[in-house]
Amino acid sequence: MGTVNTKPKSTNETEGGAKRPPRSQIGSWLGVLPFFVFSGLFLIGPTLVLAYRSLEADGGGFTLGNYRQLVNETVINSYAMSIRISLTTAILGGIIGFLIAWAVSIGGLSRPFRTITTTFSGVASNFAGVPLASAFVFTLGRVGAITALFKLLGFDLYDSGFTLYSFFGLTLVYLYFQIPLMVLVILPAVDGLKRDWREAAENLGATSFQYWRYVALPVLMPSILGTMILLFGNSFGAHATAYALTGGLFTLATLLIGQQISGDVLNNPGLGYAVAMGMVIIMGVSILIYSVLQRRSERWLR
Amino acid sequence: MTVSSNSMPGASEKKAPSRSSRFWAWLIFILSAAYFLVPLGATFYWSLKAEKDILGFEAYKRLFADSNFLPAFSQSVVNAAAAIFLSLLIIVPTAYWVTLRLPKLRPVVEFITLLPFVIPAVVLVFGLIRLYSRPPLLWTATYESSRVLLICVYAALSFPYMFRSVDNGLRAIDVRSLTEAAQSLGANWVTILFRVIFPNLRVALLSGALLTFAIVIGELTIALYMAQHTLGPYMADLTRSKVYEPSAMAIVSFSVTWMAMGVIQLITGGQGQATGGH
Repeated sequence: MGTVNTKPKSTNETEGGAKRPPRSQIGSWLGVLPFFVFSGLFLIGPTLVLAYRSLEADGGGFTLGNYRQLVNETVINSYAMSIRISLTTAILGGIIGFLIAWAVSIGGLSRPFRTITTTFSGVASNFAGVPLASAFVFTLGRVGAITALFKLLGFDLYDSGFTLYSFFGLTLVYLYFQIPLMVLVILPAVDGLKRDWREAAENLGATSFQYWRYVALPVLMPSILGTMILLFGNSFGAHATAYALTGGLFTLATLLIGQQISGDVLNNPGLGYAVAMGMVIIMGVSILIYSVLQRRSERWLR
Repeated sequence: MTVSSNSMPGASEKKAPSRSSRFWAWLIFILSAAYFLVPLGATFYWSLKAEKDILGFEAYKRLFADSNFLPAFSQSVVNAAAAIFLSLLIIVPTAYWVTLRLPKLRPVVEFITLLPFVIPAVVLVFGLIRLYSRPPLLWTATYESSRVLLICVYAALSFPYMFRSVDNGLRAIDVRSLTEAAQSLGANWVTILFRVIFPNLRVALLSGALLTFAIVIGELTIALYMAQHTLGPYMADLTRSKVYEPSAMAIVSFSVTWMAMGVIQLITGGQGQATGGH
């Protein structure tokens, strides 16, 4: 590249840059400039504003007071619920998604089932927000089809304490996009298990359990854990589905921020900014761990 | 993890998975298929029940006849198309330059494209409102100007998918040779980008675009707090005000996502992408 570009530069210096404008180092930066400007305006800028405001004292000047106030019942409760739901759906979604990936990869299901599973996972991992919430209301809501079916069998779900608008209900709904995401991300890793390893283990007299316990799972563990952390973040930052399901009134960190936007429910704008930044920090840490673990697993699974 | 290791016993034969492993595979597949299909089935069933005692498409008719549906839907489609166009215009040159001329920038660009995963939508819209809703940077003064802001934000949200698609596409073709060949034939950079690189990236661009479409079309959170009358907020209203129409709406929305992902599957030969962030 360098040679092609520098030679004409010296010969037609006087002609100006009509033919190959971005020839200098500055010129090549122009090609990526829109990207940085755009990211600055619409991703980084808004986040920095929140960070700045969260550290700003009432009359101006620097303070950590807003972060100290995070130890507040409303905030703690909504963070706790968000973390509980995210942990549960990450672990359950991770295990179930892994089992599905195993089933369609090496478990012995035929090829078409694998194609169906991956295509469907692509759709379902994007099927969130209002339509997903509606689908579950029509299934397990008060008048949902399954609720009605149970009633026909003489069992009233809602009388027995079940409700879709609870920790358990939200978990059930979130799994609908968590499991497919796990399948999509983990499937290449499961495919990467080499047959040689299994044969080597068997030739050394390992049972199938020993193969999984000492070879396959240790190799897959960074991917599995990393993807579970990705799922954690995916659920932790989710707002639309919970908003549609509960009208935005459930105790959840994202919904609390939503309420703070519409009207200062915390009675303290500064605290609102700190709550938002807390989410960014937790998300950032989980994405960081995910990418470190993902890189580590790439060493084995090429 | 004990669950997964315990559920995979057997398999002592060399090639084919054993009978017991196949049994477990089927069991897992059927149970998960039930979990995923029952809500869709129940919703579809509800969507056919709008008329008393007979099954029919009345709910769909009412939905499409609703005077707010088409404006919201078409506005979302236009927003999505504009966001895709913007995103392509920004990401293709960036991915191209990073591949060819500024490889040192790659980690920085990759990091920035990850930001939409790190910043939850509700936090992003919070920051956007605080940044752009008062002077000196008043951007949300009118509905139309807010709409432009929304489109720009959607374009930024599509960066992770678009960049990965285009980057994979660029890796699959020999950009350097193509560029040098075009240059030695006298093409300028605009010609190279639009007549050599773009056509060779058709599949990558199309799958990035469709993925963006699937994500943006029904987006709720950002549109809601920016008071935009797009499909997401419309659907949320619908669930509160109507009985049968939301089921028809959910089925329509699912079909749109299904179509977008189906086309990606077709054109990429099964290498779809994972997304996240709801």
